[in-house]
Amino acid sequence: MTRTIAAREGAGVVQVEAEVLGNVAAGAYRHLTLVTPGLAELARPGQFVALSVGDGTSSMLLRRSFSIHKVSPAGTYGGTTEIVVAAHGAGTRALTALEPGESVGVIGPLGRGFPLPSQPVPCVLVGGGYGSAPLFWLAEQLRERGCPVEMVLGAASADRLFGVVGARRVADGVTVTTDDGSAGVRGWVSDVVPDLVTRTGAGVVYGCGPMGMLRSLSAIADDHGIVAQVAVEEAMACGVGICMTCVMPVRGEDGTTTMVRSCLDGPVLRGDRVRWEAFEDGYCRVPEDAVGAPRAVR
Amino acid sequence: MGTPTTTGPVDMSVDLAGVRLPGPMMTASGCAANGREMHRFIDITQLGAFVTKSVKLDPVSGRGTPRMAETPSGMLNSIGLQGPGVTAFVEKDLAWLHSIGARVVVSIAGGTASEFARVARAVVRSRYASAVAAIEVNISCPNVANRGLVFACDPGGAHKVLTLVREEVPRGLPMLAKLSPDVTDIVEIADVVLRAGAHGLTMINTTLGVAIDTDRLRPHLAAATGGLSGPAIRPMAVRAIWQVAGAMREGRIRTAPIVGAGGVRHGRDALELVAAGASAVQVGTAAFNDPTAPHRVGVELERLVADHGFDRLADVVGIAHERFTA
Ligand SMILES: Cc1cc2nc3c(=O)[nH]c(=O)nc-3n(C[C@H](O)[C@H](O)[C@H](O)COP(=O)(O)OP(=O)(O)OC[C@H]3O[C@@H](n4cnc5c(N)ncnc54)[C@H](O)[C@@H]3O)c2cc1C
Ligand SMILES: Cc1cc2nc3c(=O)[nH]c(=O)nc-3n(C[C@H](O)[C@H](O)[C@H](O)COP(=O)(O)O)c2cc1C
Ligand code: FES
Repeated sequence: MTRTIAAREGAGVVQVEAEVLGNVAAGAYRHLTLVTPGLAELARPGQFVALSVGDGTSSMLLRRSFSIHKVSPAGTYGGTTEIVVAAHGAGTRALTALEPGESVGVIGPLGRGFPLPSQPVPCVLVGGGYGSAPLFWLAEQLRERGCPVEMVLGAASADRLFGVVGARRVADGVTVTTDDGSAGVRGWVSDVVPDLVTRTGAGVVYGCGPMGMLRSLSAIADDHGIVAQVAVEEAMACGVGICMTCVMPVRGEDGTTTMVRSCLDGPVLRGDRVRWEAFEDGYCRVPEDAVGAPRAVR
Repeated sequence: MGTPTTTGPVDMSVDLAGVRLPGPMMTASGCAANGREMHRFIDITQLGAFVTKSVKLDPVSGRGTPRMAETPSGMLNSIGLQGPGVTAFVEKDLAWLHSIGARVVVSIAGGTASEFARVARAVVRSRYASAVAAIEVNISCPNVANRGLVFACDPGGAHKVLTLVREEVPRGLPMLAKLSPDVTDIVEIADVVLRAGAHGLTMINTTLGVAIDTDRLRPHLAAATGGLSGPAIRPMAVRAIWQVAGAMREGRIRTAPIVGAGGVRHGRDALELVAAGASAVQVGTAAFNDPTAPHRVGVELERLVADHGFDRLADVVGIAHERFTA
């Protein structure tokens, strides 16, 4: 049932019609396991996959992006990819309803993953909602390099947390926060992260979750003179770099701001490079000093 | 109907105003970036031609986000012609396309007629000009000098752009004018640009739409309006091609090749455009769903042409006009 559509030599990405091996509930989410030959060997934590909705006749044309939770190379089924999906709109509702044995178009791995520190520095990993999905695999790789790992998992309520049990296995310490206090500390992850960074002497903060959370993690990291590596989320039509819909203003090494494709140059970006002030009330404007910005009408 | 399937290979080659392309399939401008990303999925040198994102003289940041909204069988986009400007385009993108041996249709844009001409000049005088198979003039962007009126909706503006670009384009290099469906009479605009020297037409660009975010009760796109594309607009593309090809067949306007674009996702969609009068076919939005689509559709089209008993694609171009007897 699984069929490889495109896998050009050296391209670093595959396109497959993947068989759904499993679809199980995980709190408010669905945890999907997909047969994706060739993908696992290429993937790194922080990268994502783009799934199509329905077949070639579906009226939903655009792909939906999901962080890779886990990959297993060459198992019984020839390599699998796992993702955690929140039913948000019509597309994710269709994907969360896929039954084992059905197939779904998958492209991946896509984008740049989390850079790993070259020294064994303590790290704080922060996930908001399904945003914790890619962090467990990251935690394992960090610990393999000798980095002590603290994990913070936050969500609106207990059912929207993902992976609390598994976290204790891959991290040295786990803190849980919920907005409503239904699990762990009542409040936001940003309430607990500053102390954690100070206490552990963290060298890096890794984050994945809603944009507001990533913005505050970047500010916390700045305050402590360290770097935040955050996996951003912007509406994506293709996920592979051909449509230019997923851009955001990012300051480059030379200080100039350009509208970069978050699917290619991200999703993981350095928090201090993102022009967070441009995001407001669901829109992101082009900063006036960005390269090629429309000249202000005077 | 009832005709036997041909067994031999189908001649899929296209005569694009004097330039021979081995096949009819192209990417659509703005739907394949400038090649590198799609080349990970298909060998873009095997396409009839690769069409670049429209390039302007200077770098353009494009619009704020959200820049896209999915709509039934389509999408709205308000990218705003984001690009690096023609100098960087030539040195990085055209150089790369040249290095892999791609046939390139360079799409050019501008806010004034003379900007179009300067972009064309920079491309055709560059050291990578040998890779350029045609220039596609995207007149569907707003005219800065005329406070936002779109060139393709204004016969005078469209005429001026094509006249100035033609002066820069060397003999033998086809100049395609890309038309907007958002006009009262597309045949009139086709006539104007052909009189101004266009060697062919690309139809259609996106058509303007708005989506409202029903949670926030405000426009979904940061730019409010966007261009609608995808299968939802295919009947508009077929109509535009039908009308313009019809006018050519009746001798009302000059005959020139038509490159069809709009809602092509499968071979059968491409066949519709060809039967209506298109000699070549671009695949745009469908590539966001399936980045192999520009190649795949060509394979499907070839099969269909053979199934209909033809051994040359050229024999199917505009055939619906001949078979329409009402
Ligand atoms: C890099 C990345 C990783 C992601 N990881 C996960 C994950 O692990 N689990 C998960 O549940 N969700 C994840 N998302 C969000 C997920 O892609 C959207 O919730 C989903 O696309 C919404 O589709 P829909 O059909 O339900 O909603 P609709 O609103 O109907 O979607 C319409 C269009 O807008 C796009 N879109 C809408 N919301 C978003 C959004 N928040 N982000 C990006 N595109 C959006 C859709 O892809 C689609 O093209 C991720 C997004 C990105 C960009
Ligand atoms: C995201 C996006 C960007 C586009 N950018 C351009 C562009 O830069 N220049 C241009 O002439 N057309 C542009 N188009 C229009 C397409 O080239 C094509 O004419 C249109 O989308 C209809 O074809 P389709 O339905 O196959 O997408 C763009 C379309 C989309 C969806
Ligand atoms: S989603 Fe298409 S370029 Fe990033």
